[in-house]
Amino acid sequence: MSITSDAPVVRRPDPLPGEQPSAAPDLARYLLRLGDDALVLGQRLCQWITRAPTIDEDLALSNIALDLIGHARALLTRAGRLDGTGRTEDDLAYGRSDREFTNALLTELPNGDFAATVARQLAYTHYAVLSYETLAHCADPDLAAFGARAAKEVAFHRLHADRWTVTLGRGTEESARRMRDGLERVWPYTAELFEEDEVVRRLAASGTVPSPAPLRETWLGRVTEVVTEAGLTVPTPAWSATGGRSGLHTEEFGPLIAELQSVRRQFPGGTW
Amino acid sequence: MPGRCPVTAPTTAPAVDEGDLLAHFDALVAAGETIEPRDWMPDGYRRMLVRQIAQHAHSEIIGMQPEGAWLTRAPSLHRKSVLIAKVQDEAGHGLYLYSAAETLGVDRAALLDALHRGQQRASATFNHPALTWADTGAIAWLTDGAAVINQAPLCRTSYGPYARAMRRVCQEEAFHVRQGYDLMRALCEGTPEQKAMAQDAVNRWWLPAVALMFGPPDTEAGGADARTAALGAAVSRRAMAWGIKRHTNDELRQRFVDSCVPQAERLGLTLPDPAIRWNEERGHYDFTPIDWDTYREALGDDTHWARQRIAHRRAAHEDGAWVREAAAAYAARTDGTGGEDE
Amino acid sequence: MSGTREGAPASWEVFLRSRRGLAHQHVGSVRAAGPDAALAAARDLYTRRGEPLSLWVVRSDAVHTASPDERDPYFAGARHKPYRYPEHFAPLTEKGPEGEHHE
Repeated sequence: MSITSDAPVVRRPDPLPGEQPSAAPDLARYLLRLGDDALVLGQRLCQWITRAPTIDEDLALSNIALDLIGHARALLTRAGRLDGTGRTEDDLAYGRSDREFTNALLTELPNGDFAATVARQLAYTHYAVLSYETLAHCADPDLAAFGARAAKEVAFHRLHADRWTVTLGRGTEESARRMRDGLERVWPYTAELFEEDEVVRRLAASGTVPSPAPLRETWLGRVTEVVTEAGLTVPTPAWSATGGRSGLHTEEFGPLIAELQSVRRQFPGGTW
Repeated sequence: MPGRCPVTAPTTAPAVDEGDLLAHFDALVAAGETIEPRDWMPDGYRRMLVRQIAQHAHSEIIGMQPEGAWLTRAPSLHRKSVLIAKVQDEAGHGLYLYSAAETLGVDRAALLDALHRGQQRASATFNHPALTWADTGAIAWLTDGAAVINQAPLCRTSYGPYARAMRRVCQEEAFHVRQGYDLMRALCEGTPEQKAMAQDAVNRWWLPAVALMFGPPDTEAGGADARTAALGAAVSRRAMAWGIKRHTNDELRQRFVDSCVPQAERLGLTLPDPAIRWNEERGHYDFTPIDWDTYREALGDDTHWARQRIAHRRAAHEDGAWVREAAAAYAARTDGTGGEDE
Repeated sequence: MSGTREGAPASWEVFLRSRRGLAHQHVGSVRAAGPDAALAAARDLYTRRGEPLSLWVVRSDAVHTASPDERDPYFAGARHKPYRYPEHFAPLTEKGPEGEHHE
């Protein structure tokens, strides 16, 4: 990975005490993935603000987006320190090309209607609570503290997703149809959240962070409970999408990142 | 179906002793006491409050749009977080105010409908486009700065629920102005291109802020022609007699100019008004009077952007109709308790 | 434009305990279809800052009030009883009840 030529001059932060540059490339990549998930989903939710079904919902979605951007900042900062490049959160968010982002494809899916957004939130929040809870038990005290805090915040987002899934599922005929369509639309993208690759396997083997793969069963049990309460069934898609973790994204991803980075790229060397 | 809210809905006073009621009302206002929702109040007072609170609420909601458009493009994650928090506060302020308006016996859905149908308006300040990132800073520094000066006296306005809502709003607005100034300062300390962007934004947002955020001129000293001054002054006098307003538009406008000029100097930005200069005798900065023509120019009435703001708001509302219907249907089925009622 | 329109979500009064040691205080109202939605809306609206401890929502039409119209019968008894106030009585002299001395 490289910093693009028009990225601002990087000021290397002081390494944390007892930390060697590039000491933990795998952990850095893992945290970057979680951070990209939060950043990209937060960016998608920002697109809702001023367009939500009610003003209360503008407020709710912006609250969630704000938490997600907060998670992204903590995770990207940490990843930049651990990967030995000393990149800041903004270097990573604004200085990488599309192919260098490693978020799961689920998080970049276009918002669609409110039901599709709720379906995406349902899948993500149930996953993120589990994932951050495992982080809360890791040996690194800073990361553990972050994981505990983030798990709590996402647990509130999960309540929001659960409530809307049930409300729409049991609301009107139209809302039930839309909720079903929303679930059908996002479900093929959920398997990727629990994928194992070399990075994850090495981290699990060294006892740094457990693999997300075993979380899938708990996740499925929980989302099934909610979807069932909504009077709907969990889709069983015939295919699963993958590629986000290795930088292979959907076509809709390019405009999302272009928009994110546009101002910063127009003003090379700017300070903000 | 919920009935009328007994905590807040106004009562209809018996007509017999209206004189006594009015005397009691006037005495409360004169003593600086607050009027509370179930107190008797003159119809004109209620109407003026509904109009003012609704216009303020609508302005918060419409005001989310110019800045909201930059949420996805904020040039650092810190600035993005700050902007989300600010736009969110605006939604919150709109809701505080709709809640206050409802204590006067109007329904917030009806107020929103009136906004969507063009029967009630938001401040024309936001009929101007936010063309660059620096506009988000200029809006916060100038228009929120104007709002703070305008709204601080409303924390002591005579109607209790409005005053209480405004105390929350004012506490939060102070953050908006500071962050706007901070954003502009970062641009002014950045590259020449960044500073030019900041100056351009100030050039475009000064007039909307200084003219529109304070309303039309309402004193002769404000530079208005005699007719406008008389009209504006009559409205302001009424509002001040009722303790809804505490100062004239022009008095607050002067206060705003006096606070902005030194801030602009510190930033190294020029306010786009060649008449701005310190007047030793008055102890205030002189500036180009907001005459009726200037005011009309700033209005940007029935322009592309004026229409666009309402169209955007209406589209969100209409696209969300099925979601609101679903929520109502679900609540009806579960009797609002979360438990199934069938 | 007055009254609650057909199909509009219910009004809920919001009470917040904003910090330890304080009672729940009325902070405003929200509109929401049900109690969970009302709590969530109240949380997003009234607890964005500080360290709030607890939140209540009560359907507005479930609150019964003694209003100013009924002030005379209801609150008349509160006035004209000066002996409920300490000022009604002579101040304690320098010797307190527990024999404290200011020397």
